[in-house]
Amino acid sequence: MNGLIAGIVGGLRHIGELTINGIWRLGFITRFLFAVLLASGQSLRRIHLTIRELFFSGVLSLLIITVSGLFVGLVLGLQGYDILQRYGSADAVGVMVALSLLRELGPVIAGLLFASRAGSAITAEIGLMKTTEQLKAMDMMAVDPLARVVAPRFWAGVLAMPLLAALFSAMGIFGGWLITVVVIGVDDGAFWSQMQATVEFEYDVLNGVIKSFVFGVVVSLIAVFEGYDCKPTAEGVSRAITRTVVTSALVILALDFVLTSFMFRG
Amino acid sequence: MMSRTALDLWVGIFVAIGFAALAFLAFKVANFSALNASETYRIEAPFDNIGGLKVRAPVKSAGVLIGRVQAIRFDSDSYRALVQMEIDKRFEFPADSSASILTSGLLGEQYIGLDAGADVEPLKDGDRVLLTQSAVVLEKLIGQFLFDKAAAPAAQ
Repeated sequence: MNGLIAGIVGGLRHIGELTINGIWRLGFITRFLFAVLLASGQSLRRIHLTIRELFFSGVLSLLIITVSGLFVGLVLGLQGYDILQRYGSADAVGVMVALSLLRELGPVIAGLLFASRAGSAITAEIGLMKTTEQLKAMDMMAVDPLARVVAPRFWAGVLAMPLLAALFSAMGIFGGWLITVVVIGVDDGAFWSQMQATVEFEYDVLNGVIKSFVFGVVVSLIAVFEGYDCKPTAEGVSRAITRTVVTSALVILALDFVLTSFMFRG
Repeated sequence: MMSRTALDLWVGIFVAIGFAALAFLAFKVANFSALNASETYRIEAPFDNIGGLKVRAPVKSAGVLIGRVQAIRFDSDSYRALVQMEIDKRFEFPADSSASILTSGLLGEQYIGLDAGADVEPLKDGDRVLLTQSAVVLEKLIGQFLFDKAAAPAAQ
C-alpha cells in the first residue's frame, strides 16, 4: 500500500518536473529572443556579418529548395490531373497546384528543408564554438557573442526563409505546368487564366509569405538557441542538432495548423 | 574562405532570385494588377435567396469581371439578404440595372451577373440595385417540377 502511494507520488513528481522544465525552457527561449533582439544593433550596423550568414543559410539552400520544389510540383500536377480529369475539370489543375503550394506546401516544406539544411548547420557551428570555448574567449575580449555570432545568424535565417519559400512555390508551379501542359497536354491558356482568376495576391500569396516569415523566425530562433544552450561536449552538440531538427519540424507543423485556421477559414 | 566581393555577389543573386520568385507569384500566378490598382464604388442589392454566394465572389457583366462581393448580411426588416458589391470606378452602369445570382458551369462557383438597364442616370456610390433575381435553388426547382407534374393531369 505504501509502495503504491510512493509510486503514484513519484509519477506525479516526474510529471511536475517535466512541466516545470518545459515552462522554464519556454521562458528561457523567450528571454533569449529578447536578448538577441537587443544585441542585433551591431549585426545591422556591420551588415557584412549578416550577409556572410545569408550566404550560408540562403545561397547554399538554393539547390535543395529548387529541386524539391520542382519535384513536389511535378507530383502535385500528376496527381491533381489524375483526380480532376475524372470530373472533366482538368483545366483546374493549375488552380489546385498553385493554391496548395502557396497556402500550405510552399511555406511548410521549405521550412522543414530550411530547418534540416540551414538550422542544423547553425546549431552545429554555435555548439562547436561553445564546446571549444570560442564564445567564452570572445566574452573575455569584450566582444558580445550574442551580437557577433548569434544575431547575424538569426537575422539571416529570418530574411532567407520567405525568399526560399517563394522560390519553392514558384518552382512547384513551374513543375506543375511542366507536367500538365507540356507533357500531358492541358491547355496552356486555361491553366494560367483559371489560376489568375482564383488566386488572390492579398489572400493567398501574402498569407503564404507571412507564414514563411513566421517559420523563419521560429526555425532560426530554435537553431541559435539550441546551439547556444547545448552541453559543451561532442555528445551535447550532436543532441542539440537533433533537437533543432525535431523541434523545428514539430513547431512548424503545429504553427501551420494554427495559422491556417486563422487565415483560411472562408 | 571566399572573398568579400564573391560573397556579396552570391547573396545578391540569391536575393534577386527570391524577389523574382515573389514577382512571378504576384503577377503571373495571382494577377496582382486586376482590380487592385483601380478605385471602386459600392452598391448593394437585396436578394430573396443568395444560395451559395460567398464574400469575395466575382461580379461580372457580359462575362467580364468588374468587381467583387464585399459583404453579405441579413436585413431583419425585409427578411432578405443584402449583398454589398465593390465595382471598378471605370465601369458605370445605368441606375435601373438588374443583378442576378448565376452559377459558372454546372457545379461551379456562384457569381453576380450585372445587366445594364436603360436609365440615363448612372449608379452611384451607396446606391441600391432594385431589380434582382435570386439564386436557383435545386430543391425548389425540383419541387416546382413535381408540383406541375401532379397538377397537369388533374387539369385535363
